[in-house]
Amino acid sequence: MNILSLFPAIPAAMMLGLWLSRNIRQIHAVMVTGSSLLLAFAIYLVFAYLGMRADGQTAEMLLTDSHIWYAPLNIHYAVGVDGISVAMLLLSAIIVFTGTFASWKMTDGTKEFFLWFCLLSVGVFGFFISLDLFTMFMFYEVALIPMYLLIGVWGTGRKEYSAMKLTLMLMGGSALILIGILGIYFGSGATTMNIMEIAQLHNIPLSMQRIWFPIVFIGFGVLGALFPFHTWSPDGHASAPTAVSMLHAGVLMKLGGYGCFRIAIYLLPDAAQELSWIFIILTTISVVYGAFSACVQTDLKYINAYSSVSHCGLVLFAILMLNTTAATGAVLQMLSHGLMTALFFALIGMIYGRTHTRDIRELSGLMKIMPFLSVCYVIAGLANLGLPGLSGFVAEMTIFNGAFMVHDTFHRVVTIIACTSIVITAVYILRLIGKILYGTCTNPEHLKLTDATWDERLAVIVLIVAIAGLGLSPLWMSGMISDSIVPIVSHILN
Amino acid sequence: MEYTILILLLPFLSFILIGLLGTRLKPAAAGAFGTIVTGIVAILSYWTAFSYFGAGRDASGVFPTLIPWNTVWLPFNGSLHIDLGILLDPISVMMLIVISTVSLMVHIYSFGYMKGERGFQRYYAFLSLFTMSMLGLVLATNIFQMYIFWELVGVSSYLLIGFYYTKKEAIAASKKAFIVTRFADLGFLIGILIYGFYTGTFSFTPDAPALGAAKALLPLALGLMFIGGAGKSAMFPLHIWLPDAMEGPTPVSALIHAATMVVAGVYLVARMFPLFIGYAPEVLHVTAYVGAFTALYAAVVACVQSDIKRVLAFSTISQIGFMIVALGVCTSADPHEGGLGYMASMFHLFTHAMFKALLFLGAGCIIHAVHSNEMSAMGGLRKYMPVTHITFLVACLAIAGIWPLSGFFSKDEILAACFDFSPVMGWVMTFIAGLTAFYMFRLYWCIFWGKENTELHAEHRPHEAPLTMTIPLIFLAVVTLFAGWIPFGEFISSNGQAYHIHIDWNVATVSLCVAAAGIALATWMYMREDRKVADGLATKFSGLHKAAYHRFYIDEIYQFITHRIIFACISTPVAWFDRHVVDGFFNMLATVTGKVSWGIRRMQSGYVQRYGIWFLGGALGLTVILLLI
Amino acid sequence: MIQMEYYLIVSTIMMFAGIYGFFTRRNLLAMLISVELILNSVDINFVVFNRFLFPGQLEGFFFSLFAIGISAAETAVAIAIIINIYRNMRNIQVKNLDKMKW
Repeated sequence: MNILSLFPAIPAAMMLGLWLSRNIRQIHAVMVTGSSLLLAFAIYLVFAYLGMRADGQTAEMLLTDSHIWYAPLNIHYAVGVDGISVAMLLLSAIIVFTGTFASWKMTDGTKEFFLWFCLLSVGVFGFFISLDLFTMFMFYEVALIPMYLLIGVWGTGRKEYSAMKLTLMLMGGSALILIGILGIYFGSGATTMNIMEIAQLHNIPLSMQRIWFPIVFIGFGVLGALFPFHTWSPDGHASAPTAVSMLHAGVLMKLGGYGCFRIAIYLLPDAAQELSWIFIILTTISVVYGAFSACVQTDLKYINAYSSVSHCGLVLFAILMLNTTAATGAVLQMLSHGLMTALFFALIGMIYGRTHTRDIRELSGLMKIMPFLSVCYVIAGLANLGLPGLSGFVAEMTIFNGAFMVHDTFHRVVTIIACTSIVITAVYILRLIGKILYGTCTNPEHLKLTDATWDERLAVIVLIVAIAGLGLSPLWMSGMISDSIVPIVSHILN
Repeated sequence: MEYTILILLLPFLSFILIGLLGTRLKPAAAGAFGTIVTGIVAILSYWTAFSYFGAGRDASGVFPTLIPWNTVWLPFNGSLHIDLGILLDPISVMMLIVISTVSLMVHIYSFGYMKGERGFQRYYAFLSLFTMSMLGLVLATNIFQMYIFWELVGVSSYLLIGFYYTKKEAIAASKKAFIVTRFADLGFLIGILIYGFYTGTFSFTPDAPALGAAKALLPLALGLMFIGGAGKSAMFPLHIWLPDAMEGPTPVSALIHAATMVVAGVYLVARMFPLFIGYAPEVLHVTAYVGAFTALYAAVVACVQSDIKRVLAFSTISQIGFMIVALGVCTSADPHEGGLGYMASMFHLFTHAMFKALLFLGAGCIIHAVHSNEMSAMGGLRKYMPVTHITFLVACLAIAGIWPLSGFFSKDEILAACFDFSPVMGWVMTFIAGLTAFYMFRLYWCIFWGKENTELHAEHRPHEAPLTMTIPLIFLAVVTLFAGWIPFGEFISSNGQAYHIHIDWNVATVSLCVAAAGIALATWMYMREDRKVADGLATKFSGLHKAAYHRFYIDEIYQFITHRIIFACISTPVAWFDRHVVDGFFNMLATVTGKVSWGIRRMQSGYVQRYGIWFLGGALGLTVILLLI
Repeated sequence: MIQMEYYLIVSTIMMFAGIYGFFTRRNLLAMLISVELILNSVDINFVVFNRFLFPGQLEGFFFSLFAIGISAAETAVAIAIIINIYRNMRNIQVKNLDKMKW
């Protein structure tokens, strides 16, 4: 058995453990053990991967393995990782780990909640290790469905509406993906479902690529919050429970970007070059539009959701630039945004758990009441607006530099438009910080609130360390990613 | 010179340590730790300067540029990468001295000034962060490193302006400072992108073929970079954040918003000077006009402000205008042939940092004594605070440009450079120098002489500041007294060659006369207790006075743009559009699907007999069709 | 000899009588009887076609035997259901049976 299979296997084992658990202590024990194992394993994988590269293993995918499980359609359980997937696995493991601690205080239906949470993780991890179109799609679906129940049952506010909307829109996206996958499979001669092999064949006629590219790109773009298919995101995130928001914005939205890159662009490169301009316009709109929308929201989660639209827009924007630097930036941005937004949602959840409101007009002066959470909130905000030394800066600068390397007027103009988002981001982040953290507390009820407990501190600190680590020494991560992107981009360009 | 890395690392460690330990550290311990670290940094800086200039010039007669440290921090592609490192050349070494000196003085001074404040540890942590970032900025080996630290100083400034985070004005001011400079940084960033792309490097000195290739776009890139510089250095119309930034603690204003961070724009232009002169002299001259206009505008506004720190803030803006003008009027890299301004600008940067820090720290003592920023609460303070009085007077004389104080020498060089460029520019700048003398002495007379606010002073008697606060004052006053005699041109000049400063006595006489006239006018108007003339003028030209007092309504224009245009005309409609049009479309899809389902649902009545009829009808219909075919 | 058409006429009448009854009756038992009529008319058809068109073969006879058997089973099940419905609801009128509808 391939060691990568442990990634979906551990959450599956956790589900079994949860099923057998009888009380909250056992549930917590299972979750902590499992998620720590995942995190440790992900970290180990990073080092193992770097070690294998250092040993001179130059294959595009390492640790590959393949077992057939449905011969008529050549569907394999094929796994393998390159730098991009290793980075994404690390991100997912961190978020699952911190998400566990962020939902430590959950009381109703804890067992079921964590069961679905683990199933979601199975899907996420499976997606990132898969190399087979159909297996990948299957894990994608596994990751989506639990979301409906997690939001619909454990959410807040208009949870049924949001859950329904989110699931339906994402299902619409996955219907497109399925069509696109079949199109790619039959377009390439119906001999293999393996991504790497299809890419090697490189035989899908341009006229077919023109049809499948937009379909697959939009299909994944829905999950990547591509304008105008992003509207599930504000409602969905606002209603979801903390850990689910974290996992969803932190990891699931990255599935979109990853899929766009791995499937839409990698397998349909000619159409990607031809049609990228349409999507570049859409993503530019996402970037600026999300930022402007965030400026006037009053719900903490809505602000962050729109901010995610803006930042994830930047991911797709960078992918579409079709060069190594921008694509490296895109992956860095996925990492950085995943960590940042998870931190944000964790903190919002903790603040909401205390104040029972997310309306920024009702919150003020939290800095004095809960200094730890507030300081972390400021750090998250600063990371979000791209402060050097934190991860956001690294990612954004790589993207802007990469985008600027495409030298025609159109790309230049959209790059400059996208750059303006860093100013608008500063506007809404500082407005938020000024309103809720600074000032004097006006609500006497809030004066009695307490600061973070150990489990919350642990979750927040892990995320901050990751953000600062990526921001302070980006070299190894950026190097690992760009090494894997070079062959992909060179494949796309010829 | 590898030890220079400590200059960056020590304050960073101090920031991390004080920041992480937070309130677990005793305030005094945090302060002492920060101060000691800054002290070590200052000693290291002096040692660096000593050994750098002591090592002498190389064969071509310039001080060699040293890069003791440089590592790749983030690669973009083959040739483009962000490096972090340390670059030593005359101007960076000069800035090292300025920053570490002022920072050390502010650290010491803050012991007295911030005593007993809540968040003392946080304050020192932020000071360390700022010191680190500012040092990193000036030691940058490439433009992108500069941008990184540029953002970091911006954020330290944001944090320190908003230090009193429960105060509404402080929050607004910090937000404004950050957003305005961020907006300007957008220009800087785009400038860097253009520069990096066309020259293929972020380094300050691209090789000749790269420059040749980039020739057409260099002026644009440099112009955009200047926008970033204009934002940090508060050039019109991006100056609006600086007066508000005075909401921060006064020592912070002295360090960040007077002596170091606000001159980053000047430093940037000086850093890019060879490129400006070689490839974009027109852009350089544009900066001169911007600088001159800013200097004039700020000087006029400074004449009527009533808040002591705001007067000083506008005076800072005006003086930075002088430095930018001095750089902008250069027409060649040779100091003898029109490149004098470069040296003058750096000289003024140096002297101004000292006396403006002195002024702010003095103002801090005064505010500490009377617990108010308003000049109306002051008056007649000379008898209560002798040390502050004398040092403040020294600084006022220096900024007015009176011989033999340091300001005279640097300002004289600037004026000489301006006259070289064009007589109009020279006269305009001389006039502004006169205005400077006028408003500074207006301030001086109003604070230390004039009518005493006896009611307020009876309540709590003003007193001289403690020793921790007066020692930095005395130190800076001594520097101000003698800094003018430093043979500055020997160290720094536009082409690196030694330049022997000689005072142009024609210009000097004129400027001295103008300064004296300004001082005399201020004395006549404000020294006496009743201030008949000043009040008379204010009522006579009440429109102008009011406009100037409100800083010519530039803030209101910005307010209008941000709130009425960006928030009301862009963000709100965009948010509405998102909720109602985009989201509405998907909701409509759902609604339509639902409606249609309800419509066809009526056919599924559940009555078997009705289905039977449909079935029969269908069967018959098919039969008929088949028969017809 | 009686011609094939006569048998067919009888079975057609039975068939349409059954259909008419199935559509118009509102009582489950009556509907069940109507369904039986339809089935039996089909059985007749099978037998008749076998007898007249393929005299040497037996498939039609066998098929109708099977059909009779199955219809008997079906009737048994249907009546069991109807009895259960009647026990639960005291009613076997079709229009009243909407308890399990949506």
